[in-house]
Amino acid sequence: MDAFVLQILNGLDKGGSYALIALGLTLIFGTLGVVNFAHGALFMLGAFCAVTLKKILTISKQVKDENITFFDAYKEVPYLELWWGETGTTIIDFAVPLSILLAIPVMLLVGLAMERGLIRFFYKRTHAEQILVTFGLAIVLQEIVKAFFGANPVPMPPPELLTGSADVGSFLGLGDSVIYPWWRLAYLVFAGIIIAAVFCFLRFTTFGMVVRAGMQDRETVGLLGINIERRFTIVFGIAAVVSGLAGVMYTPIVPPDYHLGMDFLVLSFVVVVVGGMGSLGGAVTAGFLLGILQSFASMNEVKEILPGIDQIIIFLVAVVILLVRPRGLMGRKGVMES
Amino acid sequence: MGILEVRDVNKSFGGLKALNKVELDVEEGSVHAIIGPNGAGKSTFLNCLVGLLIPDSGSVNFDGSSLLGIKPHEINQAGVSRVFQTPEIFGDLTLLDNVVIPTLASRDGAFKFNGWKRADQDSEIIGRAEHMLEDVGLIDKRNMTAGSLSRGDKRRLELAMCLVQNPKLLLLDEPTAGMSRADTNNTIDLLKRIGERGITKVIIEHDMHVVFSLANKVSVMAQGTVIAEGTPEGIKGDPRVQEAYLGGAHL
Amino acid sequence: MITATPRKDLILMAIFTIAVLTMPIWLAPIGASYPDLLQRFAIFGIFAIGFNILFGLTGYLSFGHAAFLGVGSYTAVWSFKLLSMSVVPAIIFGVITSGLFAVVIGYISLRRSGIYFSILTLAFAQMSYNLAYSVLTPITNGETGLQLALDDPRSLDNLVGVAATEGIPPTNFFGIEMSGYSGFYFCAVLMIIGFYISMRIFRSPFGMMLKAVKSNSNRMSYTGLNMRPYTLTAFVISGMYAGLAGSLMAVTDPLAGAERMQWTASGEVVLMTILGGVGTLIGPVIGAGVIKYFENIFSAINENVLQGIFSFLPEFLQDGVVAVLGLFVGEGWHLTLGLLFMLIVIFLPGGLVEGFSRIIDRIKNRSKNGEADPVGSAKVQPGE
Repeated sequence: MDAFVLQILNGLDKGGSYALIALGLTLIFGTLGVVNFAHGALFMLGAFCAVTLKKILTISKQVKDENITFFDAYKEVPYLELWWGETGTTIIDFAVPLSILLAIPVMLLVGLAMERGLIRFFYKRTHAEQILVTFGLAIVLQEIVKAFFGANPVPMPPPELLTGSADVGSFLGLGDSVIYPWWRLAYLVFAGIIIAAVFCFLRFTTFGMVVRAGMQDRETVGLLGINIERRFTIVFGIAAVVSGLAGVMYTPIVPPDYHLGMDFLVLSFVVVVVGGMGSLGGAVTAGFLLGILQSFASMNEVKEILPGIDQIIIFLVAVVILLVRPRGLMGRKGVMES
Repeated sequence: MGILEVRDVNKSFGGLKALNKVELDVEEGSVHAIIGPNGAGKSTFLNCLVGLLIPDSGSVNFDGSSLLGIKPHEINQAGVSRVFQTPEIFGDLTLLDNVVIPTLASRDGAFKFNGWKRADQDSEIIGRAEHMLEDVGLIDKRNMTAGSLSRGDKRRLELAMCLVQNPKLLLLDEPTAGMSRADTNNTIDLLKRIGERGITKVIIEHDMHVVFSLANKVSVMAQGTVIAEGTPEGIKGDPRVQEAYLGGAHL
Repeated sequence: MITATPRKDLILMAIFTIAVLTMPIWLAPIGASYPDLLQRFAIFGIFAIGFNILFGLTGYLSFGHAAFLGVGSYTAVWSFKLLSMSVVPAIIFGVITSGLFAVVIGYISLRRSGIYFSILTLAFAQMSYNLAYSVLTPITNGETGLQLALDDPRSLDNLVGVAATEGIPPTNFFGIEMSGYSGFYFCAVLMIIGFYISMRIFRSPFGMMLKAVKSNSNRMSYTGLNMRPYTLTAFVISGMYAGLAGSLMAVTDPLAGAERMQWTASGEVVLMTILGGVGTLIGPVIGAGVIKYFENIFSAINENVLQGIFSFLPEFLQDGVVAVLGLFVGEGWHLTLGLLFMLIVIFLPGGLVEGFSRIIDRIKNRSKNGEADPVGSAKVQPGE
């Protein structure tokens, strides 16, 4: 039982990240009809927003190290610490969550620029061409990041406050072997909030209503004299922000490097396909489901019976789903089948 | 004994009953028109015949064997060809290739791995295809890309693609929709000429002029079922038909 | 529209053969005539020719062809280890094994079309890659990659009594060592054969059916053609080409690693095909050549070289230019590749072959209209 709960918890945060990327991906597909292979790169860019902010916050000055007395030693001290002392240290400590503030405008801009500058010219082209051009864009984005930040993963510690582990086990009345890092718990909550926010936005605002109507029947909504194009541009921006934020918050879990996006892209496409192309609920459900499945597959007990299953479980599920239920768990029939 | 026998075919979409106990007999060599108001289920019915849709119940027998549960290409190989409402052609191939492909299909069957011979040196196939293009008056455009044709020419090309296979049954879904009067008359002439070859035809049509100049039997569909059947003259005066066409208008 | 005739094809074939075989001569002036690079031209040429049979003719975009490349490589290396250093069994087994893989993967993936097909092939390739790194380590030797060893059995070689050598014997084709120019000529001949087969397929009724799949799969079924075996055959053939390319990689450098199977490697062959011209006969070969050539040039350039090139500029300008261009060369070659990818898809979806024919058309038209329309050049676009 303990192991069971632990695996579910382990799967949830991974599932959360899958769900967030897949949400954006399927939103873009559902509204714009575009297959965006650069979506993983948006996740990666988000992660590097956090890296950038951390770098900015820790811009340092060389100060004489007073602790070392027998020769002149210098140490780097961030300006923030010099100016504000303790407060400055705390700000640096909270670099990752603070990056959200940076990531929202940056990712929104990136998203809008991408849509206006490239994607909109591809609405009427084939899916193959959309895949290819966005694949090219993804390579470009990741290589630019590599040029600026190097090829190695950048460690991004979570705030001191959230470094330890939560004793979820005793909280739930189970054994004390069920512990869960605070930051992952935070990620889970964060993912939940973002998902809820996106759904509320689409359900309860007029803007969201038009977008949903547009997802159902673009032409009719266009005939009503509503400028659907502009709204869809904004939707693209929102999807970029969602993936970017998922990336920001994921940095303490996996140190980001430039090809983080490609790794997540393949998985999130699988998630979207399993959930059903163009289905928001499907993407979220499938994201969590696959995250949990993957975490169960990595249990030693399972691996002993089926060696290597942890490496392929997600793809295997995708293959099976596509074959027996091509529209995915919650997709509409016939979407994207040529 | 008809070449096509349809018995008690039903098809629902969700709660909507699109076809309700459809019965139809098409006699060999005849031209059988199906008319009826919009939404009567004519196209749904045709889709059931070519395997695009599978009826919920009922039977469709063609030339002695059932068409239900077999794939579209098997239905075609059994001798049923279809002309669509919007022409389905190979848009980025030449006209000649467009006709060569069905010719090959009727000679070599549903699959043949023929990767070593040159298609353009197969004089039998090329001859048949060119002859067909000549028949429909498109031979001058044989090396053009099919997608660049006018709508009327696309329809004629699709007709050629079906005819070159020498089908036993040809299904035509509004073959003259959206055509000018002149083009319509051309198509009627063309279809009449095919009539001389003895190919059985089922035509869905709105244009009564076309129906009366071609068909020797007419079935009227309304609300998913066949409400009347007879010769064109007989149908003209049938009060049920007028009811079906005009009833929707709430007179 | 130019129609292909047997005569024209024969001429094309002759030109192609001569051009490929004389590559060491005519590529010398641009510094691309050394055997290692020439071998890569030929190997990736084969890969792209095969990929084009699937993608170019049927329009099915596979993101999993790198898996077949990897399978071909592993099989070939195992053949060297267990059977013989002769390349003949290595290639035969490489092609057969990847063909078998293609049958299985193709049979399943081709049940879906469009993007679903792409994702399925991607999923299979990624599975193969992950497995090669983990549980299949006994076969693939994991991250280190599969290598030859001195104490490999090489049972066939021992059987026929090939004289033992010091160190690991080289791969050979009936005694000819497969390194340097002989390695290139071996690959080149296979590429020429591969090109010929692809040409036959393009001109055949089978090839015509594949084009029909791409053009309108609905009409195809209503024409009485069963699409599935056609696409599957095309898939398997292109998988076998990839397997051949993979085993040739092992022939010229007997080593196989899992990174060959990564899906970004599949992306590379897609790019080659598109760059040259999807669905054209010669395009993929040109695409493969261009990319491998520029990869070679661009990755060799480093900052020092750039500093040298721009030394005529004033220092502050020189540093700036070098810093910017430095992004695109050396390690940054992939950035150039990605940009190229985008530019081609955006502006030249027909690839280089289409580009060439556009230029030729324009020249032809100009010489035709040159005197008839003297005002043409004086026309001014109305401004806003």
